[in-house]
Amino acid sequence: MQIKPILSALRRHKAGTFLIAMQIALTLAIVCNALFIIHQRIAHLSEPTGIDEPNIFVIKSEWVGHPDSARVDAMIREDLQVLRQVAGVQNVTPSNSYPLRGSGWDDSVKLKPDQLQDSSGATIYFADQNFIDTLGLKLIAGRNFRADEIGHMDMRYRLAPPVVIVTKALVQKLFPGEDAVGKTIYLIGGPGTIVGVVDLLQAQSVERWASDFAYRSVIIPERLNISLGSFYIVRAQPGQLDSAMHAAVKALFAQNPRRVINDDDGVLSFSDVRSRAYESDRGMAILMGVISVVLLAVTAAGIVGLTSFWVGQRRKQIGVRRALGATRRDILRYFMTENLLISSGGALFGVLLAIAMNLWMVTRFEMHRLSLTYLVIGAVMLLLLGQGAVLAPALRASRVPPVEATRSV
Amino acid sequence: MFGYYLDLAFHSLRRNRVLTALMVLAIAVGIGASMTTLTVVHLLSGDPLPGRSQTIFYPQVDADTKNKDDHEPLDMLDYQSAVDLWSAGRADKQALLVQSMVRLNPGEAGATPVLTMMLSATTDFFSMFDVPFRYGGPWSAQDDQARARVAIITDDLNQKLFHGENSVGRTLRLRDSDVRIVGVLKPWRPSPQFYAVRGGRFADGDTSDFYSKPENIITPFFTGLDINDGNFQQFTCWHLPDKPGHLQNSPCAWVALWVQLNDGAKAAAYRRFIADYAAQQQTLGRFSHSGNTRMRDLMGWLDFNGVLPGDVRLQAWLAVAFLVICLLNMVGLLLAKFLRRSGEIGLRRALGASRLAVFAQFMVEAGTIGLLGGAFGWVLTLLGLWLIRQQPVAYADLAHLDVPMFLVTFFAAIGASLLAGFLPAMRACRVVPAWQLKTL
Repeated sequence: MQIKPILSALRRHKAGTFLIAMQIALTLAIVCNALFIIHQRIAHLSEPTGIDEPNIFVIKSEWVGHPDSARVDAMIREDLQVLRQVAGVQNVTPSNSYPLRGSGWDDSVKLKPDQLQDSSGATIYFADQNFIDTLGLKLIAGRNFRADEIGHMDMRYRLAPPVVIVTKALVQKLFPGEDAVGKTIYLIGGPGTIVGVVDLLQAQSVERWASDFAYRSVIIPERLNISLGSFYIVRAQPGQLDSAMHAAVKALFAQNPRRVINDDDGVLSFSDVRSRAYESDRGMAILMGVISVVLLAVTAAGIVGLTSFWVGQRRKQIGVRRALGATRRDILRYFMTENLLISSGGALFGVLLAIAMNLWMVTRFEMHRLSLTYLVIGAVMLLLLGQGAVLAPALRASRVPPVEATRSV
Repeated sequence: MFGYYLDLAFHSLRRNRVLTALMVLAIAVGIGASMTTLTVVHLLSGDPLPGRSQTIFYPQVDADTKNKDDHEPLDMLDYQSAVDLWSAGRADKQALLVQSMVRLNPGEAGATPVLTMMLSATTDFFSMFDVPFRYGGPWSAQDDQARARVAIITDDLNQKLFHGENSVGRTLRLRDSDVRIVGVLKPWRPSPQFYAVRGGRFADGDTSDFYSKPENIITPFFTGLDINDGNFQQFTCWHLPDKPGHLQNSPCAWVALWVQLNDGAKAAAYRRFIADYAAQQQTLGRFSHSGNTRMRDLMGWLDFNGVLPGDVRLQAWLAVAFLVICLLNMVGLLLAKFLRRSGEIGLRRALGASRLAVFAQFMVEAGTIGLLGGAFGWVLTLLGLWLIRQQPVAYADLAHLDVPMFLVTFFAAIGASLLAGFLPAMRACRVVPAWQLKTL
């Protein structure tokens, strides 16, 4: 195929060529960035929590009146007893929070008591000896808490547990390459010795502000007694989640009716927790997907429209070429190559535009740098789209009969 | 002539329906997408107190002993500073504000208690922010001082508890205290919930919660502190408070103060006043530094907090880029359509039509496409806003098309299509008649 005649023909259609190329460039820039946003959001919402999600549900029970700390602790222990008896319940633990909850107690961790800068941020989970089993965490070093290590505290006390369990991610930050068991970390109230390390336990917030310490969690062997209420994390036996959720609430009210368990978010299965935590990310990903599809469709329609016009305009030339011996295939190839040239130009410019757009978004919207893969995928996609869109008009052109050359000269 | 051109335009549009449909659709989709997002931007970035916002200010002093003069002061005030500034009464109006979660026992027997947000404010809150009343009215300044057990509820809560009847005089049980209802608000939905905006600079653009609905229950400031003692959340503390939830005399920032200053001189005087207050507190040893005072006006404070959510801004930019692509698309199609009629143009020109007349004819045709696209675009905008209302964001219920944006939709559609038609029409009117006539 000779490129030169195509180029000289395009030179006579500067406006149309420029329009198609610009449209492809802009579409490429937007689709690349939209795909990248989709990928980021999906990657974000598929981050693992590290817990046995299908079998876990969470009860938020609030106390009526102002019970004091000792009374709250007694009531929590009674509740745990009751929940343990419920059919379908495998294990239960009291806590102040759970992964993906959205907010809770985050704290700073230091390696020395007089250190000025924090060594890391961390999510604080209050727990008893059943926490690891209930959440289905994997203990990779050291040991679990013993029952006699579990204390209780209210908000007034300083956070200084004698022993703590931490996540691998926190160990990697604080003691890279070392064995952390037996080492001491300093929380806001004082030192604690690491007795165990769990593999993975996500923070309670997945918002951007918490991303610095996403998997750095500290598990504290205390029941946190707040007069407002507390969370019970329950692990149901496989397949019995729904029945256990209903039975658990009933049993709690039978045991002690002086409590509030909200209808809408008092009892949440972990899949509800997950979908609540990522609602806006999912919405944004879907929106970007829709925008990309519509954009590609609009661009394809534009190419079809303009190429159809060109074919109509050049019927005579096509007839002449056919009369001079060009095959149908030659005509088809002519229009396909023409589109490929325009699309390539557009895609080249589009790649630059996509990078520029991404750099601008990095400064304004807390985005990451676009990776090369997206540019390649986007460019290939648009080249294919162009070829697909041009196919119908090009086929029509190839069917122009040679006799056209003799008409209306 | 306009009527004739319109006639010609419709004739031409009917001649190639597929191409016409493509163009109308391109305009409609572009307008639909960009008007949906621009409407959201318009609704979320408006002035919540039009005409008055420049007289409303948010004073800040910095009691944080760990902070320094070259850092922004904390977004809220500590209790003592807030009450000191408020009781000095130097502003035309002033309101202390704090929010807390409270347990509400509906008076009716058998109803289960619910947790709801309570706003505790001093009485100027209502007049300063133009809060509309359906029944009753605000409490008095004496009620503020006397810690009267009174409350004002929103229309929402009144519908829920009292089926919209006049509930003034009825009693609500908040935690363990009875409060008497003295007023019921009309539906009131400030956008954003400006008086509760704070901490936006730490949110990284996740600011949609600034568009939440107002709290259901409003009590006098000090009354609220009494009845919900122990349940107050700090914005932040620089040392651990002795008793969590009870933050009076604690090293914590948790109270907001809003003031109204009716002219520039008063504003300047108030700036001096808070600077003097900070200096005085430093000499008393309570502040560690005193140069760190601020007083932004309402819109300045909203700006500082970057209230418009990052996702909304991103969507708006994308939608506008989307419209540009749709327009490029339309330019291409119009170019094709107009130049295909070169013969017709040549004939008109040969019969005496001026270039301007040809230009006008094609612009009318482009405008007609814009009008049709605008109509479909309006439908798509309504659909888009409906989709936004289904989203789980705090501002979902705000997403409605108002009259200005409705008009903008049509003007934007027609304007965009005229813009798109300009280049093709220019090309069309430069067609050389003789050449075209030769090939007829």
